[in-house]
Amino acid sequence: MSVSLDLRLKRANKVYHEGELLSGVVVISSRDVLQHQGISLSMEGLVNLQLSSKSVGVFEAFYNSVKPIQLVSSNIEVVKAGKVPAGKTEIPFEFPLQAKGNRVLYETYHGVFVNIQYTLRCDMRRSLLAKDLSKTCEFMVHSQPQKSKVQPNPVDFTITPDTLQNVRERTSLPKFLIRGHLDASTCVITQPLNGELVVENSEVAIKSIELQLVRVETCGCAEGYARDATEIQNIQIAEGDVCHGLSIPIYMVFPRLFTCPTLETTNFKVEFEVNIVIVLHDDHLITENFPLKLVRV
Amino acid sequence: MASVQWHSRCRKYEYEKQMRRLEASAVDISDYHPLKAITVTDSKSRRSARKGSTSSTSSSSSSVAPDPLSSLLDGTDPLSLFAAASVIPTIPHSISAGELGMKRKDKEEEVGSDFEPWSCKRGEILSRFTTTEKLSINLFVGSDKSQASSPSSAVSEKVRTRLEELDDLEEGSQRELLNLSQQDYVNRIEELNQSLKEAWGTDQKVKALKIVIQCSKLLSDTSVIQFYPSKFVLITDILDTFGGLVYDRIWSMCAEPHPLPESFSADDVNDTAKETCLNWFFKIASIRELISRLYVEAALLKCNRFLTKAGIQETLQRLTAMIRGIGDPLVAVYARAYLCRVGMEVAPHLKDSLNKNFFDLLASFRQIHGDSVQNQLALQRVEIPVYLTLYSPAIHWILQCVAYRAPEVLLTEMMERCKKLGNNALLLNSIMWAFRAEFVATRATDFIGMIKDCDEAGFPKHLLFASLGRSLSCADPPESERLSVLNEAWKVITKVRSPRDYMSCAEIWVEFTCRHFTKREVNTVLADIIKHMTPDRAFEDAYPQLESVIKKILTYFQDFSVLFSMEKFLPFLDMFQKDSVRVEVCKCIMEVFIKHQQEPTRDPVILNALLHICKTMHDSVNALTLDDEKRALALLINGFIRMVSFGRDFEQQLSFCVEARATFCNLEPVIVHLIHTVNQLAMETNRVMKGSHSRKTAAFVRACAAYSFITIPSLTSIFSRLNLYLLSGQVTLANQCLSQADAFLKAAVGILPEVPRSISIEGKQRSSEPFLLDFINNFLSTLLVVPDHPEQGVLYLVRGLLNMVQDYTWEDNSDAKVRVYISALPLLAAMSQENYLYTIPKVDSNETLYGGDPKFIAELNKLCETLIGQVLDHLKGLGRDDGVRRQGGLAFSLFGCLLAHGDVRNNKLNQLAANLWNLSHKHGFCDARTSVRTLEHIKLQAQQSEMTHLSDLTTRLSLQSRA
Repeated sequence: MSVSLDLRLKRANKVYHEGELLSGVVVISSRDVLQHQGISLSMEGLVNLQLSSKSVGVFEAFYNSVKPIQLVSSNIEVVKAGKVPAGKTEIPFEFPLQAKGNRVLYETYHGVFVNIQYTLRCDMRRSLLAKDLSKTCEFMVHSQPQKSKVQPNPVDFTITPDTLQNVRERTSLPKFLIRGHLDASTCVITQPLNGELVVENSEVAIKSIELQLVRVETCGCAEGYARDATEIQNIQIAEGDVCHGLSIPIYMVFPRLFTCPTLETTNFKVEFEVNIVIVLHDDHLITENFPLKLVRV
Repeated sequence: MASVQWHSRCRKYEYEKQMRRLEASAVDISDYHPLKAITVTDSKSRRSARKGSTSSTSSSSSSVAPDPLSSLLDGTDPLSLFAAASVIPTIPHSISAGELGMKRKDKEEEVGSDFEPWSCKRGEILSRFTTTEKLSINLFVGSDKSQASSPSSAVSEKVRTRLEELDDLEEGSQRELLNLSQQDYVNRIEELNQSLKEAWGTDQKVKALKIVIQCSKLLSDTSVIQFYPSKFVLITDILDTFGGLVYDRIWSMCAEPHPLPESFSADDVNDTAKETCLNWFFKIASIRELISRLYVEAALLKCNRFLTKAGIQETLQRLTAMIRGIGDPLVAVYARAYLCRVGMEVAPHLKDSLNKNFFDLLASFRQIHGDSVQNQLALQRVEIPVYLTLYSPAIHWILQCVAYRAPEVLLTEMMERCKKLGNNALLLNSIMWAFRAEFVATRATDFIGMIKDCDEAGFPKHLLFASLGRSLSCADPPESERLSVLNEAWKVITKVRSPRDYMSCAEIWVEFTCRHFTKREVNTVLADIIKHMTPDRAFEDAYPQLESVIKKILTYFQDFSVLFSMEKFLPFLDMFQKDSVRVEVCKCIMEVFIKHQQEPTRDPVILNALLHICKTMHDSVNALTLDDEKRALALLINGFIRMVSFGRDFEQQLSFCVEARATFCNLEPVIVHLIHTVNQLAMETNRVMKGSHSRKTAAFVRACAAYSFITIPSLTSIFSRLNLYLLSGQVTLANQCLSQADAFLKAAVGILPEVPRSISIEGKQRSSEPFLLDFINNFLSTLLVVPDHPEQGVLYLVRGLLNMVQDYTWEDNSDAKVRVYISALPLLAAMSQENYLYTIPKVDSNETLYGGDPKFIAELNKLCETLIGQVLDHLKGLGRDDGVRRQGGLAFSLFGCLLAHGDVRNNKLNQLAANLWNLSHKHGFCDARTSVRTLEHIKLQAQQSEMTHLSDLTTRLSLQSRA
């Protein structure tokens, strides 16, 4: 059967903001005249909260709080039951992107325990003999830019055995001195994270230096909450015994979908952190943690 | 048919000659001539001229035919105009501005042809950095399981000694291929390249990216370090493929309405293409490993053009800084080389990042001597000098990019920076490689100083001197420093122990020496090379280098008297003891000699040396030598012989030929050439003596004849022998050596029966008949002047020849024999004349010997009659069925012969002629046009007073009707 249903948004990058018009076309291509019982479109924005396995026990009682939160929902009938001529048919559509009630359209975010997702779905109902056709496509929502100006707040750091916490045997640690800075801890999500790092000296050769981007997702309400930190990505910035005294750039692009401006609501929170992980040749692991605030300007 | 009586027609050659001479008619110059330019007379101007106007009309009265090109250009083409303009000291403003603009454009032009492209280096690196150790590939290619069953990998399946599926990660598996030989490794990489293209072609972009990431990951692995440069080359090939694929894909996405212009900007790119491009970059940005991310991003550098204007520059800077994160200095330097390479390709005008790369390299240079490197080397048992040479290609490349069209100041700064690093040999070497030769040459003394200061333990010094030598052979150091440079350099080179290293260095410095110094210095250098290469027969491993030394000397010393006066040149040649190489070298020398020797020489040094060289070439010929090879050698030796001349000292020349014959006896063309030389010598003597030999010269000429006579039989080619016998016979006859001439001609007749029926010409079997007929005709015409031998009978040689012809086994169904008979008739007719057509000065031919004796004439006539009888018999034999066509032809030629040479006043001959005419027309195979023209000719002849008798013959000759 050579019938295909497709959804095409006008914007190539599929990014929309609150208040904008979501426009595009439904494309139906069929070799013969196509009989159908109506074509409808629905748009939906949902926040899905999932509970990590370790906290499921606690949360079973609060079942309500993990019910998906609907941010936007609308439905229209594009074409009434009838026929579509043979060949390619394009039906344009438009949706105003407006939040439901007094809710805010959060930015699209794909996480582990928190998912904010916007979808557009097209359904073509057909007679009993033929299967119904449907097509779903995700589109991205970017939250409105922040009004206030972002202050660059550079962070300097120095890592030595003495600055470390959480060390079992401080005496067995080799000596090292690593200095560096991050250009800002409040980062614009579209700009990469920048900084520099200098290995001033190190008794033991360095095996690798990595940047670990971590999301911290908190789900909960007044009754209690679960806070989980998971890795988004790990980027190596140095491999092997790097030259001492030479600055190594810290550079990381924030991945799309997996990051969003730092978000805090009554039901859930999404925050980000970056870890600088230094692996020594004797497999000592030194981690320095920096909380980040992501914003969109 | 009854026997015919032959009477030769009496000829008056002088008269006939006058009659036949073309009428000299005065040629009117104004006549039409096809080669003359068409002239068109301008009617307008003529009119004005007729009016008697005073204006000068001469310029336009006749002009060349209107040529659209010349009329447009007005006589001078723009090039010569331009040249003319540049001669004028005051150049008009417009031109100078244009020139300036052109120059500026030239400067900005990206990469010129003087930039040695990567493709050249590529092969060099692959062939230089090899290993016999076992390699391994550690791959994690997603969803690659299906590939295992594909036929392409089935072969390597066998090779693989272990395939481990360590982890089932996500959708693919990690596998490690161990114990691969170098070739297997290369094949595997090539397979990956193929599967990359395949994946791309089948729209599996993610798989393609995964392959590329895995491949670039291999570059972080420095086990089997000697192979690293080659590995780099192989893997960057894949990266290049990938970069090209992505770029083309995005490019084609933009081509939708109309293709992008070559110089597009980011604004011309549509959103979909931008989004795709952005997607690629986001994907790459999340690659975990530093090295993979770096390489893949560098591979896609060009794609930044689709996004922003400054993208390429920013990315280059960022990647340059990123390389600092690579700890292993070797991996880092190659990453820099790749970045420079991509940078040069995509944005050659961005010099900053190139320089930054180089300075970063300097900053991290101490890493090379760091502990982790030392440990690794100890583990892999690689020595420091070997390890350091691994850096060369990458540093060369980086420096080449940096130095390309860089201002002098920058180069000086670079050099200073290197000096600060304590004259690091590795860097110094690369500087000499990459910087302009002129730059290095002007500072040659400085460089020598720096090389001397270098640390002994690290980079091998001979390599440094080799690099310096390479620069100096392209550019000249200041004149005053040359000798000291050579002395200093050679002092070090001569101390190099290993013959291989020594030779690679000496080979380069020979050029410098040849270029700037005399034979004395070159001789010293040669002596030193001999001294180094002779022990343990070290020269056996260095033939290519030694050969190149010879070639270099030959390009600079083309005067062979100088060349051979170097004492060590021939001893040097003696080092080539492998036959094939030796001959090759000899051929080179001879080629140069033939090309550059302008005048014949008699210099004994040259002759001895070249004779020796030619003998070497000649002696290499054996049963297995190819014909082409033999021909080439013979050509060279002939070229040499041609250049030998002892001037008036003919005897010396002859004795040289004798010696040469003894030396080159295996090469037939040389022998033939020698015989020609000797014959020429005899004729030269004759010319000098103005035809009358003294006793001494007569003896010499006879000696020449003797030379030829005993040399000719050694030839295998029968026609060479025949022709040379004839030619030598003619030469001796010209020199009044009658008995010798007789001997030559007799010998020629004697070997006639040996001529085979078919001979091979250029590998094909051909009938020898046409060649034989040619030869016999030539021979017959010589016989006219050969006087009869007093002790032999009349016409001894003619009879001998005809007897041979009679006995020769001709091809079946061939008229050749009869044709010979017919062509002998004119000879006999010519012999019976009172005065011969031609004679040889100072040789009495039969005309004087017999003085037209009737007995002699009768003898001739009898012979003619016999011949005609034979021909007629043959004609009769042809009368049957298929022979008639040939019969007609033969009859006609006999008719022609009769008419021209026979006295047709004689009735019988007249009758015979008429019969032959009729016979030739009987079957209608006669060419009508020839017949008509023959008849017209006879009629014309008949108008002459003595030929009136021909007119009644014409009445009897009837033309065949065109039925």
